[in-house]
Amino acid sequence: MSQKKVKKNQAEQATYARFEPHMKKDYTVLLPTMLPMHFSMMEGVFRAYGYNTVLLKNTGQAVIDKGLKYVHNDTCYPAQLVIGQFLDAIESGKYDTNKLALVITQTGGGCRASNYIFLLRKALERAGYGHVPVLSLNFSGLEKGSSLELSLGMIRRLVAAALYGDLLMHLVNQCRPYEKNEGDTERMADKWTAYLKNELHCGRLYKDRDMQKVYPKIIRDFASIEVEHRSVVRVGIVGEIFVKFSPLGNNDLEKFLIHEGAEPVVPDFVGFCLYCIYDMLMDYKLYKMGGKIKAKGAEIIYHYLVRRQRRMIEAVRQEGSFNAPTPFDVTVASLKGMIGIGMKMGEGWLLTAEMIELIEHGVKNIVCTQPFGCLPNHIAGKGMMKPLKEKYPDVNIVAIDYDAGATRVNQENRIKLMLANATPVPFRGKHESMPEEKTAQQAPIAEEKTETKEKELSKV
Amino acid sequence: MKESLKIERLEKIAETVIGMDVGSTTAKLVVVENGEVVYSRYERHFSLVRQKALSMLGDIKEHLKGKKLRFAISGSAGYGIACAIGIPFVQEVFATSETVRAMAPQTDAVVELGGEDAKVIFFTGGTDERMNGSCAGGTGAFIDQMATLLDVTPTELDELARKHRRLYPIASRCGVFAKTDIQPLLNQGASKEDVAASIYQAVVNQTVSGLAQGRRITGNVMFLGGPLYYCRGLRERFKETLQLSDEAAIFPDYALYAVAMGAAIYASTQEVITDIDSLEEALSRTPRTESAAPAHRPLFANDEEYKAFTERHARASVDTVDISSYEGDAYLGIDCGSTTTKLVLMTADQKILYSYYHSNRGNPVEIVRSQLEEIYRLIGDRVKIAGAAVTGYGEELIKNAFHVDYGIVETIAHFTAARHFNPEVDFILDIGGQDIKCFHIANRSIDSIMLNEACSSGCGSFIETFAKSLGYGAEEFSKLGLLSRAPVDLGSRCTVFMNSSVKQAQKDGASVEDISAGLCMSVVKNAIYKVIRASSADELGKHIVVQGGTFLNDAVLRSFELEIGRDVVRPAIAGLMGAYGAALYAQNRIQKDGKQTTVLSREELAAFVHTSRAATCRGCTNHCQLTVNSFGNGEKYISGNQCERGAGISPDRIVTLPNLYEFKRQSLMSLASGEGKRGTIGLPLALGMYEMYPFFHRIFTELGFRVVNSGFSSRNLYMKGQYSIPSDTACYPAKLMHGHIEKLIEEGVDAIFYPCLTYNFDEKMSDNHYNCPVVAYYSELLRSNLDSLSRVKFLYPYLNINDENVLTDGLFAMLEEHFERIPRAEIKRAVKRGYEAHKAHMEAIREEGERAMKFARENGRRILILSGRPYHIDPEINHGIDKLALSLGFVVVSEDAVPTDLPPRRLTVLNQWTYHARLYRAAQYATQHADTELVQLVSFGCGIDAVTTDEVHTILEEGGKLYTQIKIDEITNLGAVKIRLRSLIGALEERADTEAPLECTYTELEEGVHQ
Repeated sequence: MSQKKVKKNQAEQATYARFEPHMKKDYTVLLPTMLPMHFSMMEGVFRAYGYNTVLLKNTGQAVIDKGLKYVHNDTCYPAQLVIGQFLDAIESGKYDTNKLALVITQTGGGCRASNYIFLLRKALERAGYGHVPVLSLNFSGLEKGSSLELSLGMIRRLVAAALYGDLLMHLVNQCRPYEKNEGDTERMADKWTAYLKNELHCGRLYKDRDMQKVYPKIIRDFASIEVEHRSVVRVGIVGEIFVKFSPLGNNDLEKFLIHEGAEPVVPDFVGFCLYCIYDMLMDYKLYKMGGKIKAKGAEIIYHYLVRRQRRMIEAVRQEGSFNAPTPFDVTVASLKGMIGIGMKMGEGWLLTAEMIELIEHGVKNIVCTQPFGCLPNHIAGKGMMKPLKEKYPDVNIVAIDYDAGATRVNQENRIKLMLANATPVPFRGKHESMPEEKTAQQAPIAEEKTETKEKELSKV
Repeated sequence: MKESLKIERLEKIAETVIGMDVGSTTAKLVVVENGEVVYSRYERHFSLVRQKALSMLGDIKEHLKGKKLRFAISGSAGYGIACAIGIPFVQEVFATSETVRAMAPQTDAVVELGGEDAKVIFFTGGTDERMNGSCAGGTGAFIDQMATLLDVTPTELDELARKHRRLYPIASRCGVFAKTDIQPLLNQGASKEDVAASIYQAVVNQTVSGLAQGRRITGNVMFLGGPLYYCRGLRERFKETLQLSDEAAIFPDYALYAVAMGAAIYASTQEVITDIDSLEEALSRTPRTESAAPAHRPLFANDEEYKAFTERHARASVDTVDISSYEGDAYLGIDCGSTTTKLVLMTADQKILYSYYHSNRGNPVEIVRSQLEEIYRLIGDRVKIAGAAVTGYGEELIKNAFHVDYGIVETIAHFTAARHFNPEVDFILDIGGQDIKCFHIANRSIDSIMLNEACSSGCGSFIETFAKSLGYGAEEFSKLGLLSRAPVDLGSRCTVFMNSSVKQAQKDGASVEDISAGLCMSVVKNAIYKVIRASSADELGKHIVVQGGTFLNDAVLRSFELEIGRDVVRPAIAGLMGAYGAALYAQNRIQKDGKQTTVLSREELAAFVHTSRAATCRGCTNHCQLTVNSFGNGEKYISGNQCERGAGISPDRIVTLPNLYEFKRQSLMSLASGEGKRGTIGLPLALGMYEMYPFFHRIFTELGFRVVNSGFSSRNLYMKGQYSIPSDTACYPAKLMHGHIEKLIEEGVDAIFYPCLTYNFDEKMSDNHYNCPVVAYYSELLRSNLDSLSRVKFLYPYLNINDENVLTDGLFAMLEEHFERIPRAEIKRAVKRGYEAHKAHMEAIREEGERAMKFARENGRRILILSGRPYHIDPEINHGIDKLALSLGFVVVSEDAVPTDLPPRRLTVLNQWTYHARLYRAAQYATQHADTELVQLVSFGCGIDAVTTDEVHTILEEGGKLYTQIKIDEITNLGAVKIRLRSLIGALEERADTEAPLECTYTELEEGVHQ
């Protein structure tokens, strides 16, 4: 929808506190936590651009209680947690609420998540903090006048933080289950996160060329961690973006799996960003919406990001100690018509694609996480279990609902059932296949064409 | 169990093998030597897991002395002790599979019901093990709960069930839904036998739909677990539903021990060898670990606090007068609630002569009869019953049976009573056995009413059930809570979750005191945050009166005061407030009306008989299940009917008020199917198609297809597609889609069309025009889960319906692939016709809306905007709520029939869904018209309505209107809906009486916008 049209159609929004440019000077800006390492490095970037950001680390029952108190309890769990975390922080007394602002992400999709910012404002109002401005972090042009302004340089550094974060996440998950000396991996991760955060803050190590030089150092460093060579069950984690990544949202799922002797495999964060961009392309492709120029722009960004992601993956592959993550374009291609690529709300088709990609790369055990009552997951998650099991009879998928009322005992019991049926694989057993670079060069639009065809044919 | 049972696989194991299964409520133990089961035990553990394990092993200590043991533990409550004593643990479903593979390899599938878990395991065609997810009814705990409700033991329940004659539909998804189905059945006089069997059937349905998820349970099916072992009636239901022959349905005599045996098999594969002494030693070591569960503050910090508390509340009492000496008029109030029946006999100066509070044991008529008899005996000729009123679920039944003067809706009764205690009352919270009701009072009339829904269930009977399951009486249990030093935090969502929270707390070593107090906190939090949705005490009010039987529990009362940080008034007769309010009402009204009471006299009562029988209404195609109550004197009371016809009123006496829901249904059905020279296309009449039908019907008809739809939904249609539903928490409208597709396939259509529409029509009313994810992409799920779809062409293209050319291209591509090529120009022409048809359809609805509202205004009727989604007009989805509203005198208008020319309103949400934008608009319209009310229909599981309900609520509240929300699901009890609608009417009438005019006018609101 064009900007002009929005203005005409848009009912006047309620008035709320806005973030004025002058506030940058002395306001503290709170960031919620989703991925601890990624967001920590991103914090460095925000600080470099003059935002006095603080990454929230508060967890526990108090956060959940605050969420329950101020957010409609039928709303998805991530909203309750994020808002609960903010309010818990505000009420901690650590911050001057007259000099405080909050940042929340907004995807602009057809799912409830686009409404989080409104729910947050409502909650603030009810809790008596209506004067605290909320900044939207989005790439869809929503919330003009109250969004975090992103310059090109800032975006480039954020991309770097996301890529580093993904790399560290993959390395950590492949070291921690095997480490001989408990805590080695975590120390290593902390060390690199702090280092990179500082580098990004100072405007270094975010250019492609520089990153290619750092990657091998990081990877080699992790490869030096003393490990036990033993067979383990590898478990993929997919699902709704927040509960998939956030330890707060999924009751420390990664830690639990490691404790049970399994190795978690988590498809990366940059993949989700790419998915969002891909959806813009699809709006044009399927519906001719958004205009050709915007689509072209999205396509350029898409290729740029895919290329950057491939560089990181290439570095892991060349070093050779670890299983390399899967490039996004390979993930897309693995979908093969299992679900329509237009299914773009929530995690949409990406959720299905990630499950297929995991299975095809030998990760046959999957935990599909979702907040209780997550609408898109009815379709892309639970709705796809049957065809997946038919196509890959040896897979072992369990869907786990996360919610303020759900108990760890129940969740863990179901995951244990999945683990009981899982087969261990050899230590860092290599992925079965590693597709070549060439798919990356194909334009996704053209690619989709053949894909739809295939899909339609398979239906007949 | 037969002691001669052999597990061949264990024959060669030299050591004694022990398998233990610690489930949610029971512990099982098997001892196997040389492949032979030499010992087995099955006992309830009352959550004292460690102690139970110890005593069970102690029982066979002599036998095990000096032997080498292989020992493994399984079960949902077993993990903790397994870890603590260093014994192998095996997940219980996995253990079951081991047993079945070893004992009965011919088994194709296993159904296992436990205390709180339900499991289905498929063996043939790919092993698949499934457990109930987070939303789960149909388990042993559920059956126990239902037995309590019927006031029978589980064994008696089983005996009753086997004598049933018919089945009623009962929801088993959750206790709340089931209770709201069962209670009215009982109150309306349905036989316990039939209800008992219906409860079992509900469990079966829940298992089949919740766990089979697209796979049929066929072949040789083995049934395991306690409930299936003990309840023969339940077995019958399973056999019949799954259509299993006697041979195919396997009920092994080791049904109780399957998991324990599996654990034994698992133990034999593990390396750990132990002996009884070290086991005992490990088990008795530090039985209580430091509680890891988060804790609340204690209810009372010290004795002084407790003393002050009890003294303060002792003040809110009512005077009583000795019934054996009083002379004069008296007024009777009856509160025939869902689980309890309450009676109050009151003097003319409003003192209490007699009161009664008791569980209604599923037969309220008999209780009221015997109580009346008792009252007549006590009052002799000194006292005259001058008037009577009845309220509660059983209101109509009791009113008809005993000729009670007035029947009033509960909310009004409670308000009347509360006002008596505190004329300034501005907030009332009533927590009863299974209802939570609360309402704000403004301008001396009821302002907004909130009732609990599914997922906000924790009420009084919940604490009671828990007390029982832990082996305590309700009162004793609640007293323990007062002593708690660290009440556990148990969360607040639903009873099923709460069960597992308790399990976890016990595992962490919480005491019964802490659990009791924790449960009270949960009930309170549930009421405050889920039902009332308040975030501070100020949102509740300054003068809060709490009542209902549950508040007689001091621990609940204290928890509430602590949570909101404010003192409240609890009348000493908290449990009797409904009845007392009814008595006050009767006195007030009968004096105003100046009439004589009609209540059965002593003599009439002596001749009173009551019988009930079941019948099916033949008034229309709905075929409502009726219960006909006869009272001996030729009088009848019929219940269960959705409209007046069932009540035996002849059709010509029924006033037909305009009903937009009916209008929309008829206009959909009036669309004829054309010539089918190109083939037949079936459109499933579900989800978005309810609105898109005229649009696509015209397009395909123009193109020369015969277009058929799947008709309106019905229960049978749902059952037809139930087997392929993969997600049991999806909304009912979505689940119905499966049946619609099956029906179209049966009808032999060539193709079925339900497109994927990310975007709906852009009505220029909102920031964006999305569909909800379920409406938009349900086809993707259908294609993946309905095997039968392979028999037809299933067309589900991604289309843009807002752009004529893009839509034409999309349809062109789709048709080209599946049919003979149709020229693009022809399609474009058809698309144009389609837009015309859609426009005409929407305009017709608005015109009819105008006409209906004009009619209402000319005839002095209230207008009710029954605000939902297009698919809510489906009679199976709305369960006849539109007709119910009509019967209460409303003109019914739908959300898309209100005028569209309203100035935009300020919203505090992102208005990005087409259907939902209409809700805001409709709410806005209601605030501008004094004669218009809005009731929002919400389908259970609709995530988006979590956003819209708050907003609609705000719009209405700011506009001085009452907000009423009705949550509907697979099965909805109209009785509860009726209470809500009548409460709404009652509140409106109260408002009219107290002359609080609705001052919110059009101009005023507009000014607000421009400020």
